[in-house]
Amino acid sequence: MKNLLEHTGIAPGRLHFSWISSAESTKFVDVVKKITEEVKALEPALNYAKTEPKVN
Amino acid sequence: MTGYTEKIREIAARLLTEGKVDRVIGFRKGTVPMMNQPHYVTSPAMAGELIWDSHCGLNLANYVTDRKERIGIVAKGCDSRNLVTHIIENKIKRDQLVIIGVPCTGMVDRSKVCALVEGEITSVEESDDAITVSGNGFSKTIAKTDVLRENCAVCTHRNPVIHDEMVGEPVAEQTGVDAYASVKKVEALSPEEKWNYFEDLISTCIRCYACRNACPLCYCPTCFVDESRPQWVGKSQDPIDVRTFHLLRAYHCAGRCTDCGACETACPMGIKVREFTKKLNKDCFELYGWEAGLTLDKRPPLDVYKTDDPDDFIR
Ligand code: SF4
Ligand code: SF4
Repeated sequence: MKNLLEHTGIAPGRLHFSWISSAESTKFVDVVKKITEEVKALEPALNYAKTEPKVN
Repeated sequence: MTGYTEKIREIAARLLTEGKVDRVIGFRKGTVPMMNQPHYVTSPAMAGELIWDSHCGLNLANYVTDRKERIGIVAKGCDSRNLVTHIIENKIKRDQLVIIGVPCTGMVDRSKVCALVEGEITSVEESDDAITVSGNGFSKTIAKTDVLRENCAVCTHRNPVIHDEMVGEPVAEQTGVDAYASVKKVEALSPEEKWNYFEDLISTCIRCYACRNACPLCYCPTCFVDESRPQWVGKSQDPIDVRTFHLLRAYHCAGRCTDCGACETACPMGIKVREFTKKLNKDCFELYGWEAGLTLDKRPPLDVYKTDDPDDFIR
């Protein structure tokens, strides 16, 4: 999953995977914090976001 | 490869006469040169309609899913691998099939041939390793190796992996070809260049879905692109929608694609659809040592769990 997305030009560091049990609340908070930090450190990704629909 | 046609007709007629199968699926001559059509033959008298040459690029395994009758099917290397995949995925039973194996020397890319001549090609002749195309005021002989489809040029499973009949002696498998050369080239690019590479690749896609329809793996009763409740992907020509379609379609083929090239053969816009699936094929090969459709005895990597599955991407 990650490999093909990054292969087609989604920057590494944007897509994260984790396995968290419903009992692991602290791990959840940890992971979310880290991901938010890492993604914020990258420039905003504008290429895979629809703005105006293209009509022609 | 010359002589395959007679052999296919003979086997088809025999199977139908003996009542071993209810129909035989093969190719007949198309209405346009270099575009053969899939064809059903249901009586021995019709067997003469079947043919074989270097323009049988579509994948006949596409036409057996969920069939209830007994089927004879003409299968080159890649078709036979897709039959294996179908059997593993319970889309057809092995004992319903009589597989007429065709040792393959590769199929021709029609657009490459057309690019070599000026004017419209109206007839094509073929010998063992060359084809001669002619039209109004021209005639040209081209070596087959110069105009092979890209997937055929790097194919290393040309002989059918399962078969009940064979139309000829096995051919030598190619060695020393790098099936993933084009993927490696893209892997070396920066994220932005990668993005642009694929943007450019699919920029002319008209979303006709010919690639999906030609694919033996795409047998879902309702494809995600056609669904409207929920609507998984936008239906417009917006580049984001087009990209989403291609990405999702590729994921549906992960660990199943045999690189038969039917998608590219079917595409009216000459888009290299395989650039998406090939990356997944390469990953499957590197992570799991897996190539789809080689054996009935192994489950595909994505439907088994093993404790040593690679999991570096999970934190
Ligand atoms: S991919 Fe291999 S088996 Fe299939 S048509 Fe090409 S050369 Fe033949
Ligand atoms: S066949 Fe070609 S143009 Fe049609 S949807 Fe597929 S890639 Fe797009």
